[in-house]
Amino acid sequence: MSNHKQKRLYLNILTHAVLVVFAVIAIYPILQIVTVSLRPSDKLLSTSLEIIPEGATFRSYVNLFTTQPFLLWMRNSAIISLTVTVTGVVLASMSGYAFSRFNFIGKKFGMMSLLVTQMFPATMLLLPLYIMLIYLGLINTYLGIIITYTATALPFCIWTMKGYYDTIPASLEEAARIDGCNQFQAFYLVILPLAAPALVITGLFSFMTAWAEYLVAAQILQDTELWTLPLGLKSFESNMSTEWGLYGAASLIVMIPVVVLFLLLSRWLVSGLTLGSVKG
Amino acid sequence: MSSPKRKLFIFLFVAPAFIILMGVVVYPFVYNVVLSFSNMNLRHLKDWHLVGGRQYLKVFTEPTEPNFYIVFLKTVVWTTVNIFFHVVIGVFLALMLNRKIKGKAVYRTLLILPWAIPQYIVALTWRGMFNYEYGSINLVLTKYLNLPAVEWLKSPTEAFLACILTNVWLGFPFMMVVALGALQSIPQELYEAADIDGASWFHKLKNITIPLIRPVMIPAITLGIVWTFNNLNIVWLVSNTGEPSDQTHILVSFVYKAAFNLYRYGYAAALSMIIFVILLFMSLTFARRAKVTEGAY
Repeated sequence: MSNHKQKRLYLNILTHAVLVVFAVIAIYPILQIVTVSLRPSDKLLSTSLEIIPEGATFRSYVNLFTTQPFLLWMRNSAIISLTVTVTGVVLASMSGYAFSRFNFIGKKFGMMSLLVTQMFPATMLLLPLYIMLIYLGLINTYLGIIITYTATALPFCIWTMKGYYDTIPASLEEAARIDGCNQFQAFYLVILPLAAPALVITGLFSFMTAWAEYLVAAQILQDTELWTLPLGLKSFESNMSTEWGLYGAASLIVMIPVVVLFLLLSRWLVSGLTLGSVKG
Repeated sequence: MSSPKRKLFIFLFVAPAFIILMGVVVYPFVYNVVLSFSNMNLRHLKDWHLVGGRQYLKVFTEPTEPNFYIVFLKTVVWTTVNIFFHVVIGVFLALMLNRKIKGKAVYRTLLILPWAIPQYIVALTWRGMFNYEYGSINLVLTKYLNLPAVEWLKSPTEAFLACILTNVWLGFPFMMVVALGALQSIPQELYEAADIDGASWFHKLKNITIPLIRPVMIPAITLGIVWTFNNLNIVWLVSNTGEPSDQTHILVSFVYKAAFNLYRYGYAAALSMIIFVILLFMSLTFARRAKVTEGAY
């Protein structure tokens, strides 16, 4: 049996070795951002591979807040992302409920077509909306970008909500009705709290759609006053001279809250994604 | 509750759903179809008119540099290579994480990170890492591996490879998490029974693990194909709008450029339609083939 034990030991060492290698690959680019953000301004272009650079300084972080409109970008991003989140959650929780509980004409077609939107190339949604925004004079406005982001996020959000409501037995609403709730109260007081995990996923997804989006914003928000964080960060990266220090510092500040949220919720995100498609 | 009241309630819930469908599916789709048969561009923004199938013809025959067929071929390579590595690396890591080892939670968290970071930050950071002189990839190649430095972003093949490397890094965690979930739901007794029968590691993988994670992996892979085929961020930002000289495009970045840098709205709409049909056809075929082979088990 010692032979067997030895084999198991070797196998465990091998497993750890493989996992360590991949973990290093997974975090290296992030460490790279940390390194760049800490470099002193005279050593931004360096051929050193040290993680903590020589003469590390928080100067870039200070500059980001004092010399750059970083707080303005953050405010813009926050306004847009939060509005998209609230709109997305409210609309998806209501529509999802309708798709889950009621029968109406075009229900099946509706669900299928929401799924098909996921196969639209980005421009197929973006171009018509963009031209519509031109006609309505909504280019360069918060409203314009909020409409576009909400439209992008909704199909997935409705699917997630619908899939989750399907797992909640209808008998719960019936019981609530017998206890004297009206139909809206039954939805609002009984079903909605039970659907909290799906609401969280929907909220996170809507928020991420707006918080971390560059390509749509680049077309719709041309006025620098309205820039969101992704546009601001991209502006540090230009062909002539990239402001790597500022870019690194800003990237870290932007991604830390999102990464933490994502790690906390990743389990539910996956089950939400696969649940819908397996049952669909 | 009386019947009219109930009807009102249903109406209030269905109405938003209906308006949303109109706004985000039907309207863009129909409008895109109309645009694809029109001559709309920046000069003809308001006085456009229908020109029949001319834009579609242009997509297939116009000698743009690069032309449609080359970009299409690149997109197929892009999708296949990415999905292949996403699934292989993802499933492989999930198998490792599914063993009884210490520090599993830590490994899992670290390995998910690439998925958690906003894509545009991933793309811009990797672009920096591919820099010829100061990028860490070349520094590692030359300092530790004694290999010559590579001009990642200046030549078409290398730039495309750079985009693929970035996207492989970005995409394996999703497949890993899905596969891990599937692996954890396999009853342990199956492996114990196989052990008693003296099955080898490979036999267990082939006859227990793979068939049992298949039903979960197939939808995830279908989703992955659609996402990768449509992933505009990475190609656009890593290659900086398709550099060098538009040699690094996949279909979605090609059409984004036509629409928003060249303002060829009609042409872009026609190309969008074609991409959509290709994608729909591809994922339907994939889903159907997967179902057919499923019967084999």
